Amino acid sequence: MGTPASGKIRYQQGMPVVDTDVHVAVPSIAALYPYLSDHWHDYLVESGVRSLEVNTYPRGSDLSARPDARPDDPALPPGSTLEQVQGQLLEPWNVQRAIVHCDYGVHLLHNEDLAVAMARALNDWLADQWLSRDRRLCGSITVCTDRPEPAVAEIERLAGRPEFVQIALPARSQQPYGKRVYWPIYEAAERHDLVVAIYAGGGIGNPITAVGWPSLYLEDYVSFAQAFQAQLLSLVAEGVFVKYPRLKVVFIESGFTWIPSTMWRLDKNWKGLRREVPWIDRLPSEMIREHLRVTIQPLNAPVQVLDRVIEHLGGDTMLLFSTDYPHWQFEEPADAWPLALDAASLDRVLRESAIVTYGLDRRRPRPEGV
Amino acid sequence: MGRYTVATVDEIPPGGRKIVELQGLSIGVFNIGGEFFAIRSACPHKGGPLCLGVVTGFVRADTPGRYEYLRCGEVIRCPWHGWEFDIKTGLSWIDPNRLRVKSYAVAVEEVTPAGQAAASHATELRDAGLIEGPYRAEVYPVTVDKATRLVTVEV
Repeated sequence: MGTPASGKIRYQQGMPVVDTDVHVAVPSIAALYPYLSDHWHDYLVESGVRSLEVNTYPRGSDLSARPDARPDDPALPPGSTLEQVQGQLLEPWNVQRAIVHCDYGVHLLHNEDLAVAMARALNDWLADQWLSRDRRLCGSITVCTDRPEPAVAEIERLAGRPEFVQIALPARSQQPYGKRVYWPIYEAAERHDLVVAIYAGGGIGNPITAVGWPSLYLEDYVSFAQAFQAQLLSLVAEGVFVKYPRLKVVFIESGFTWIPSTMWRLDKNWKGLRREVPWIDRLPSEMIREHLRVTIQPLNAPVQVLDRVIEHLGGDTMLLFSTDYPHWQFEEPADAWPLALDAASLDRVLRESAIVTYGLDRRRPRPEGV
Repeated sequence: MGRYTVATVDEIPPGGRKIVELQGLSIGVFNIGGEFFAIRSACPHKGGPLCLGVVTGFVRADTPGRYEYLRCGEVIRCPWHGWEFDIKTGLSWIDPNRLRVKSYAVAVEEVTPAGQAAASHATELRDAGLIEGPYRAEVYPVTVDKATRLVTVEV
């Protein structure tokens, strides 16, 4: 296992984990028809809407699926059947719980009524086809964010169902998420003890960068960190964590190596600009450490400096193990978390921090035999 | 050590200031509501010319969007990085490195009338919810002779 001399342990596949970033996919738009009204079903069919599959991870990109996560049927997207997810992820990785999310283009619809109907259908499909069939799976509530009222209505509809553990918002948005128009969502999330997850996705309206639309997928992909950074700054500066002190936010697939320098810069500038944000009563970095968690993929830092990154973050408690299944973020399974840690730290990263963050023991207890 | 007459009362009207050099130190003398205060014009953060800064009040908020504006005219912001200092006591009202320390006693060397005033002033501000920081600009006792109307600073 590890080096006895150092007392540190290296992660190996098979150690029990909570996988906090698992993507499941809609096999085809027809899978959602049973969860739509006749009106919306006919509207989609008559309008020729064939798919709302997003291109954040285009099918042709190597990043989009590990070789061992490609579907047998090439007509299907990766991660679109329960059997695949069980066989390719839950079993071999000894996943005790998986936080699953489905990004299916709901946020790209300009028709708000259609978007709300699709979000409902997606959530119902997720509950029916996934969460009720494997108790290791914990779901994300997809909501539309054009206006907060429909989002809150959807949260209220599903909040009583313990198989849903978070609300999923795409990182790319119309406005920064700290703005008060979004606060009813946070109020509902805090009230229902639901995490607010912000995931690498979205794409309506604004370019991914502040200097315009990039030409290349490489730029688009790497620039997601900018979107996450902007969201984090907004949440902190606008006082979302002051107004909703029990709110927890998880960044999914944001990377985490940019977070320390953001915290330093934010701390420093806050000291001189305090009077603009007088509701911030402590170091922004402390607020971030308390309220923000991040899934570990993509894990960009070379392993040689990873311990220093953790030191810069102020410890490991922000980090939540993830595979980002089916996306291809590492070579060997052991590379999913390449840094040897002491037993307590490793347990936090692999399982415990996620269990605490999502309240899993209370909300979605571990199934028998897992 | 010495006492220096720095101005007549008329030279520094309420809300005004005068910056003088005494014993090689740049010191700002402020009139706040008819009372005079002197503070060294060297920011304890990085040495900036504190007394050239904007004189303002202290903004605080219990919750985002609700602003409480206190102590108008009693706070100076260093022109270099905007850090805020209470003119009367020289105390900076923010340093996050110490925010974790729950109790932070104001050390008063002698219990002079000026020291008592500073201590009770600090208590008032603390009761209003402000959190002290350890950075403190040097302050100097100022007296005004009513007969001669001369402002004197003791350095």
